Amino acid sequence: MIKEILKNVFLKKQAIQFPEGFNISPEQTVKIVDFQKKVDTIFHRSLRIRQVDAGSCNACEWECTALMNPIYDIQRFGIDFVASPRHADMLLVTGPVSRQMELALKRTALATPEPRLIVACGDCAKDGGIYKGSYAVTNGVANVIPVDAVIPGCPPTPTAIILALAELIDKVAR
Amino acid sequence: MLLSPISIISSSFAVLLLVLALTPFLRLNQRLLINVGFFLATIASFFAAVAGFWSLADGMTTQIILPIGLPDLPFHLRIDLLSGYFLAVVGLLAFFVSIYSIGYVKGFLGQRSVTHLLVFYVLFLAGMLLVVLADDALFFLIAWEMMAASSYFLVLYEDERVENRRAAFLYLVVAHVGAIAILLSFGVLAGLTTGFSGFQNYTFDAMRAAHLPPELATLAFLLAFVGFSAKAGVIPLHIWLPEAHPVAPSNVSALMSGVMLKTAIYGIVRIVFDLIHTFPWWWGAMVLVFGLVSAVMGVLYALMQHDLKRLLAYHSVENIGIILIGIGLAMIFTSFNMSLLAALALIAGLYHTLNHAMFKGLLFMGAGSVLHATHERNMEDMGGLIRFMPWTAVFFLIGCISISALPPFNGFVSEWLTYQAFLLSPALPSPLLNLMIPLGAALLALTSALAAACFVKAFGVTFLGHHRGHHGGRIHEAKWSMRLGMLLAALACFGLGIFPTYMIRWMDPLAEKMVGGKIAASASGLGWMWLTPIAAERASYSAPLAFIGILAVVIATYLLLHARPGAIHRAPLWDCGFEKVTSRMQYTATSFAMPLRRIFGFLFSIKEHVRQFPPAPHPAFPDRLHYHLRVRDRFWTWMYQPVIDVSFWLSRRIGRMQQGRIQIYLIYSFVTILVLLIFT
Amino acid sequence: MNIDPFIVEVFQVAVLLIVAPLFTGWIKMLKCWFQGRTSPSLFQPWRDILKLFTKDVTLAENASWIFRFTPYLVFGVSVIAGGIIPVLSMDLPLSATADVIALVALFSIARFFTALAGMDIGTAFGGMGASREMTIASLAEPAMLMAVFAVSLVGKSTSLSQMAIVISQGHSLLRPSLAFALLAFILITLAETGRIPVDNPATHLELTMIHEAMILEYSGRHLALIEWASMMKLFLFAVLGIASFFPWGIPRNGELFAVAVALPVLLFKLAGIGVVLVLIETGLAKMRIFRITEFLGSAFLFATIGMLSYFMLE
Repeated sequence: MIKEILKNVFLKKQAIQFPEGFNISPEQTVKIVDFQKKVDTIFHRSLRIRQVDAGSCNACEWECTALMNPIYDIQRFGIDFVASPRHADMLLVTGPVSRQMELALKRTALATPEPRLIVACGDCAKDGGIYKGSYAVTNGVANVIPVDAVIPGCPPTPTAIILALAELIDKVAR
Repeated sequence: MLLSPISIISSSFAVLLLVLALTPFLRLNQRLLINVGFFLATIASFFAAVAGFWSLADGMTTQIILPIGLPDLPFHLRIDLLSGYFLAVVGLLAFFVSIYSIGYVKGFLGQRSVTHLLVFYVLFLAGMLLVVLADDALFFLIAWEMMAASSYFLVLYEDERVENRRAAFLYLVVAHVGAIAILLSFGVLAGLTTGFSGFQNYTFDAMRAAHLPPELATLAFLLAFVGFSAKAGVIPLHIWLPEAHPVAPSNVSALMSGVMLKTAIYGIVRIVFDLIHTFPWWWGAMVLVFGLVSAVMGVLYALMQHDLKRLLAYHSVENIGIILIGIGLAMIFTSFNMSLLAALALIAGLYHTLNHAMFKGLLFMGAGSVLHATHERNMEDMGGLIRFMPWTAVFFLIGCISISALPPFNGFVSEWLTYQAFLLSPALPSPLLNLMIPLGAALLALTSALAAACFVKAFGVTFLGHHRGHHGGRIHEAKWSMRLGMLLAALACFGLGIFPTYMIRWMDPLAEKMVGGKIAASASGLGWMWLTPIAAERASYSAPLAFIGILAVVIATYLLLHARPGAIHRAPLWDCGFEKVTSRMQYTATSFAMPLRRIFGFLFSIKEHVRQFPPAPHPAFPDRLHYHLRVRDRFWTWMYQPVIDVSFWLSRRIGRMQQGRIQIYLIYSFVTILVLLIFT
Repeated sequence: MNIDPFIVEVFQVAVLLIVAPLFTGWIKMLKCWFQGRTSPSLFQPWRDILKLFTKDVTLAENASWIFRFTPYLVFGVSVIAGGIIPVLSMDLPLSATADVIALVALFSIARFFTALAGMDIGTAFGGMGASREMTIASLAEPAMLMAVFAVSLVGKSTSLSQMAIVISQGHSLLRPSLAFALLAFILITLAETGRIPVDNPATHLELTMIHEAMILEYSGRHLALIEWASMMKLFLFAVLGIASFFPWGIPRNGELFAVAVALPVLLFKLAGIGVVLVLIETGLAKMRIFRITEFLGSAFLFATIGMLSYFMLE
């Protein structure tokens, strides 16, 4: 165990190392150095995310949870998930925003202090996804609160989420 | 007459008599009666406080003999260091409460007559002042009775409700049980030693000079301790406190809780340290144990309450326990002739007496303002009052911080001194005490932490959050005189917390007289700002520096961070987006205390059940839930209920003698005369 | 060459303010290494605090002055407490301001106001956090006092500087009474600073929160002050433990060389404490709230055994 710990400390993983047999295509490996540099430009190098489930099937939540595991490990960049929108800089909204959750999502956005970003994660959050046109949804987060970025995918892989965050950070920094 | 403590206290009594004399003339104009009567009471209590301060600062003892009283048994009055201290305590709080009463009692105008409230208030005040001045057993008991009787009528002020009458009756019974014990104790001290031969032994001077055999001294002490505990509210004789204090008008509750309980402490200190000056260590240990039990049980009972005044009454039980802890430690140290440590413990106990009078008076005055505004005693129907009553909230907060023993206010100073006395106990020669006393210190720590929890609950549920009741806009701030009384008491709390070295310097002659040790010199060894009871290396606490330091950092941080105006936005509260948050969804007093109720619940008899009603069609979707929680004092079922049952049984048996026919009564008289003729 | 004690005092407070978030960062790093991943940088907590200072404050509509005042008070108390504990010198001008009992009381008043701020908003979260926090505090106080008592018996004083002086002059490395008191102190620190197994500082589930629940409503610079203050509280408890149990290396007076050496020694000791803390946190799971009674009861028992062993063995 000590050997593993020392290996992690001193090798300072330069790229996301997938175990053998994952069948990952090369463009899905992200250059960590670039992403770190990107995070360094915003929010004094600390980004806190509040994840809001607006009626999703939870597949996107699982992918967001995977962001925190030792393989993707976004905590090493200074990004973290928090418990309350008052503590957050960014809202990561999943789900097609069912009518039940519409007001709750608005109140959550009201409760987040400026400056803040709002990101819609997943096809459902983009435009309703597989629930588009149903009477019970509002067809995407943009119809409820203003959105700064959208991450397509059903569900988006953690790599896709990280890539989209990198694009968003570029946009904000400019 | 020359200006002296005795002349000032006499003028105080003269003013009180003046109030009584004016009452019949003014009683038709009730408002004027209140203004004049309580204003004069304010003046009288101010004089009493001045007399008390002066006599303790002066160090002189004055004795006078009043010509009134029974033939051959005149009344002796004495103002010495101990009575001066308690005069200061009584006078100071009475001063604040009388100012408060001017506004508070006006709330009763139009509903009921306030004449007898004023009359009994004055008699109550006079009784308390006379108790600490009395120098012989007869006068002491007369003054004690006057105090008890007038407070009975005060408790009974709103007597149209059955609970109030029952509470007052319970108070009267327990007070008289105590008075009998005190009477018997004085009898042992006065008569048993000399065989009731003359009438001169009832003065305290004679008792002081008498040499009691140890068994009789123990008997006298036990009787006195039982008697004074009944008045002080020490467990298990505390049962009247949580009944009587809530039903009395709040200014009376403030006085009863603040100073009447202290007269019992005066009695214990007088009898133990002054009249019986040599005693074995186990007396002190017994007082210490009772003090610890009262402290812990009192605060635990208080945590379970949701009636604001009942909660405060149980806290009085707790604080009397803390005072007894200090006095018990002083007794233990004295019995081993360690006078310096005894002085520390005694000053800790007596300082807590003054502190408790101040902050308990403040808290009851605050509770009275809340009661005055909302007509509610139940905390579960209050909430959010900080917006309607900002000043009362601030003063009540100061009271809460003081009673939780938090710096920089006064409760912390006396508790800190008590801890220091505990931590010095390893110097005792007895190994048993060395092992047991630190456990007492841990119990004291538990008590003060639980008190802090209880007052977070009391202040939070009453003043913070959303309003849970239906009063809405009708709640108003307290009147200016009520706020003035509370402000003065809050300032006293703050002053006593910031300037402990001056207080100890003032109290030092008293400690020297009682136990023979002086700590003022070492207490201000580093200067007036640092309280160093025994030595600077041993322990030190500087309230002014701590307060100023924290204030400086707060102000500096605020100024540094406040650079950007307009960066504060108001938004709806964060409720997880639920949007239908009602005021009933907040934490209530009962729910706040739930973890502690689960942990300490084995000490009470708790009955808790949930009922769904009306019976729903499906058990998973009840229509309404009914939650019932009853927390009851175990002492009632174990101690008082059996005594009540036995006394009723006895009276029923003896009641058979009352046949109602005059022939039987004539036979009783005849038999009695026969018996008396035969046996004499 | 002696430095003026005031300068040492100011230096010590500066060290407190700067090193406290670094200590939290170090603990986070260790935790990540133990979990097999790379860690955020050591300065990440500093970045979080600085970012929070630039954010807006969003207050609830019914927040009263208590809610706004509490962050400043809690911060002020932590700074003053940092000036009292002997960290870089045993001869500080503020060391006579409070002995260890008064120090515990200073933390109590910070906790009192935080609990009130939790209740101020009127949601169930704040009330729950306040209720649980005060319960744990009331159970931790007797244990804390007994540990203090045991240490003060050895140090013959409750003044922190005096205790540090006496213990550093002692013969053996760790007396049995101090060993038990140290064990009790570790358990109490876990409870008071809200670490696993008492409270999970990184949880998102409100029903499992104790300290977090009271500060859910804070944002912007208020949150920055509160987070900084809680990092300082962890630092202060660590430093209190060092001063009471391992005071070797703290200079007796303000000699320049000694103070200059004291800082690396302090950092080294803190690093060691960090390792112990992370071992405990990674090895244990968070307890049910009503198991905390047994946890703190055993802390009380250890402290009592320490005190008894002082009487029996010394």
